[in-house]
Amino acid sequence: MAKEVVKLNNVWVQYDGTTVLEDINLSIRQNDFLGLIGPNGGGKTTLLKLMLGLVAPSRGEVTILGENPEKGRKHVGYVPQHSLFDRDFPINVMEVVITGRLSRTRPFHWYSRADREAAAEALRSVEMLDFKDRQIGMLSGGQQQRVFVARALAGEPKLLLLDEPMSSVDTPMQAEFYELLERLKQRMPIVLVSHDISAVSVYVDKIACLNRKLYYHESKELTPEDLEAAYQCPIQMIAHGVPHRVLKEHTHE
Amino acid sequence: MIDALLHYPFMQNAFIAGILAAIACGIIGTYVVVKRMVFISGGISHASFGGIGIGYYLAQYISWMTPVYGALIFTLFSAIGMGAFIRRTRLSEDTTIGIMWAVGMAIGIIFIGLTPGYTPDLTGYLFGSILTVSKANLVMMGILNAIIITIVILLYKEFLAISFDQEFGTALGLPTQRLYLILLCLIALTVVLLIRVVGIILIIALLTIPAATARQHTHNLKKMMLLSITFGIAVVLGGLWLSYELDLASGATIILLSAAIFAASTLFTRFRHKKHNNLASPAAD
Repeated sequence: MAKEVVKLNNVWVQYDGTTVLEDINLSIRQNDFLGLIGPNGGGKTTLLKLMLGLVAPSRGEVTILGENPEKGRKHVGYVPQHSLFDRDFPINVMEVVITGRLSRTRPFHWYSRADREAAAEALRSVEMLDFKDRQIGMLSGGQQQRVFVARALAGEPKLLLLDEPMSSVDTPMQAEFYELLERLKQRMPIVLVSHDISAVSVYVDKIACLNRKLYYHESKELTPEDLEAAYQCPIQMIAHGVPHRVLKEHTHE
Repeated sequence: MIDALLHYPFMQNAFIAGILAAIACGIIGTYVVVKRMVFISGGISHASFGGIGIGYYLAQYISWMTPVYGALIFTLFSAIGMGAFIRRTRLSEDTTIGIMWAVGMAIGIIFIGLTPGYTPDLTGYLFGSILTVSKANLVMMGILNAIIITIVILLYKEFLAISFDQEFGTALGLPTQRLYLILLCLIALTVVLLIRVVGIILIIALLTIPAATARQHTHNLKKMMLLSITFGIAVVLGGLWLSYELDLASGATIILLSAAIFAASTLFTRFRHKKHNNLASPAAD
């Protein structure tokens, strides 16, 4: 079995008495490409924040490479949801990407040559090095998203988390972006949060559905019962693109 | 004015004060503009009036106390208070700032009223009196500038990261809240430095207009700071000269001159963009 990068063991999260996540068990292994779907407010972002050590579990345990998330954070590359960033901000691509090194730099010091090299390498791996001097707002949505992936990669992570990365990418560019993730999954496991079930299911290797509880079978299949329980209404799956199966005939055992 | 500059020490002091003010404004104003902290900066600068009043009042009991020292201490506390309050209460940010803005000014008025004797000349603090800046004021302005520049150099990469994307900074484990409070303290120091130059009511203009003008001409934060300092020096000294020649209020003249330059810069940028876009592709926005 491949190495376990993330482990959540009977994890509960409660805010002000409301249960946001209930008894989550999840392990993410080397080479996993996991799509995380679920309705809004179902706890998808909270689950990512658990792995980043930004939210503490009320019960249960989260480990990143055997460490607690606050320590393990430096191994996690994060691509946040980017609806609200200021396109006019006076910052260029290189300056954005190198902030991904901040978890590895000391305060009161400027970036080192190693930091600049790591940032350049990250830009090369998303094929955006030629744009390093451009102001960030001058790029297209898809290019910006690549830059934010590079920023996450600059910290040399052992796990990559992406929160709704497709929301700012034009549809024609999405396939290209998924191909980039396809390549990156050779290097590290990826968790991709999305509301777009059918598009995600074409590319990811495994799918989990989250609405307070996690419905996950370590595979690409979810049962209609899972989806119904998670979305609290029957869902019709419309598959497009390459033929694939999301819903499997399910027998109760 | 050159003549006056050579002969009168008060003119020389005003000249140096203008340059010192423009340096702090250019650096901190850049953060105020790019991180969209204009309203909280307005709150911090108006609340500083409370410190002026307390300083006046305490000066009768404490020998070293002056209104400016009162403002320095009070403004730092109110900056931290506002930052912490916004974070901890369920009130919206602008409500909290609006309340503290007014409370600070009210405290100032009450304490000035409580101080026995002559009612001091408040217009100097409210609207600035760059021509009355003393040597001691200059020394303090110099020290505040040194503190501001040192902290910005030491925390440059962190400030840039949280200004651009605070959420990502938090995910990296940066102490974003503490960094934000430090930034608010730097705004407080800049406010105190500017009180004599343009006055409490006009500070917000000098914190935003030169930086907003600079932003139209560069996409680099460091260049924006330098350009903003340049604009700041130009408008403060230009405004000082105009006010001297035309016998107008110096603070207000400085602000109107900077607004005029901002307007000219905006027109120029528009024109340049139009030309550029027409050349590049007619379809471009």
